[in-house]
Amino acid sequence: MIEVEHLTKNYGLVTAIRDVSFSVAAGQIVGFLGPNGAGKSTAMRILACFMPASSGTARVAGHDVFRESMEVRRRIGYLPESVPLYTDMRVAPYLDFVAEVKGVPRAERRRKVADVMDRCLVTEVQNRLIGKLSKGYRQRVGLAQAIVSDPEVLILDEPTIGLDPKQITEIRSLIKALAGQHTVILSTHILPEVSILCDAVIIINKGAIVAQGPIEALVEQFFPTARVEVEIVGPPPAVRDRIRAIPGVLSVQDQAGTNGDGRYVVEAARGRDVRAEIFQLAAQQRWDLLELKRVGMTLEEVFIRIVAGEEAAAGEAGENPRS
Amino acid sequence: MRIWPIFKKELRLYFTSPVAWVVFTIFLLIGGYFFYSIFAFFTLASMQSAMNPAMGRDLNVTDSVMRPLFSNISVILLLLLPLVTMRLFAEERRSGTIELLLTYPVRDGAVLAGKYLSALALYAIMIGLTVLYPGIVMYFARLEWGPVLTGYLGLLLMGATFIAVGVFASSLTENQIVASITTFGVLLIFWILGWSADYAGGTTGKVLQFLSILEHNESFAKGVLDTKDILYYLNFTVLALFLTLRSLEARRWKG
Repeated sequence: MIEVEHLTKNYGLVTAIRDVSFSVAAGQIVGFLGPNGAGKSTAMRILACFMPASSGTARVAGHDVFRESMEVRRRIGYLPESVPLYTDMRVAPYLDFVAEVKGVPRAERRRKVADVMDRCLVTEVQNRLIGKLSKGYRQRVGLAQAIVSDPEVLILDEPTIGLDPKQITEIRSLIKALAGQHTVILSTHILPEVSILCDAVIIINKGAIVAQGPIEALVEQFFPTARVEVEIVGPPPAVRDRIRAIPGVLSVQDQAGTNGDGRYVVEAARGRDVRAEIFQLAAQQRWDLLELKRVGMTLEEVFIRIVAGEEAAAGEAGENPRS
Repeated sequence: MRIWPIFKKELRLYFTSPVAWVVFTIFLLIGGYFFYSIFAFFTLASMQSAMNPAMGRDLNVTDSVMRPLFSNISVILLLLLPLVTMRLFAEERRSGTIELLLTYPVRDGAVLAGKYLSALALYAIMIGLTVLYPGIVMYFARLEWGPVLTGYLGLLLMGATFIAVGVFASSLTENQIVASITTFGVLLIFWILGWSADYAGGTTGKVLQFLSILEHNESFAKGVLDTKDILYYLNFTVLALFLTLRSLEARRWKG
């Protein structure tokens, strides 16, 4: 649905994104992940036809964003990061205006606006001035204007930024509900959000894509092991040796921050579940097994590893990758 | 071209915000005062000429009331119209809404047309309200409608030019004050160019006189429709709108 090839954008001498290529299949939710200033917004602005790229091509539903801009614009719904809305307008007339500009036929407009207000839970504020709404409501009105024309593709730039936890959950479930009928590309720097919402992820840092693919594949790629945390009361050297002897176990280490008090991290080959064997071992040796749990590798760790790796490679440790 | 929804939205915004009401009030207040003083002066002059027939020979209500009124109104426009147009693009740029507007499936030209026409419509309503003045004159005296109509046409054309310049200035900046001062400055320069025409003399004088935005309005109020004047305003307007379109496009590339 979205194909981006070798996209580059310069602002004067500054390169915002450089040689970015990716594609998104129809119906997918893809997360655009990266530290602030990585070039996420720039890429989204180009896709949304707000500004042209310096070089490279981007296509939405087979149409070039530059040469067939109108065709693309008819098919997208866009929510910029700052959620810019007309503060002097009321919610319902505003959405009606957007629907009209986006070419929703007069006969369907009233129904579509009512429907979208319903889905975005803004019906109760439809007669309020947008300028007087809370941040959470504004965000939902912003989302409503993006989906009012039922676009095939949604481009959402930081849709949950600045919301309280309850509002974040609401917006997320709203976006989740959009999957399937819409192709969604959303940017964020909140990592759990991507794990919750997205099918695939594109990690961008300093204007270039550093990793992309389905989340499990990325985790597998960057963490080729399965990890188990155990807490065993027993003589540490013996415990370590015995566990290491289990087939498939690659390493046994003390958990970070513990001082040999019996908590270990066991790394095993991916796909091997060594928990049963550890339990058997403990039972056999009459060690007290206090805790045994498998630790899933999170995207957060992937991200930190990638971005930190990049930083180290570039020899610049000064910048906080997650700031 | 989806001009209509943008036109509607802009016009509605003029009226939902206080802008339209404040502008109308100030305009009618000052316009009314001008009308009153001109009309009162005319009344005095006609009373005096009743005693002195020689003085009354050239006394004509259209010429002595409506013509000065039109030229006074154009001074108010010079001050007020930049305030009407300043928000059109600058406000959207400041609040960021331009980013959404320019990604909707409408061409820049349609956005511009919608915004321009909305300001023009507001202006038309504004000068439409002054029809009250010739109405009052007509109640007391016989008015020649021809020069009044051409006078209004002149005001409309001149206002159309002012608004086009204002829209252009608004597209250049995100600061509304800067937009309005720029508009006012440009219009004032074109206004006072004609003043030096008299002593510049020769070709320079003629060129200056031709460029003067005010000079071209004189003949309308006399009841003269000169294509030279009409073309002057239309050219000025089209040029300013064309530059606005370029400026919108340039802004896109700059991002």
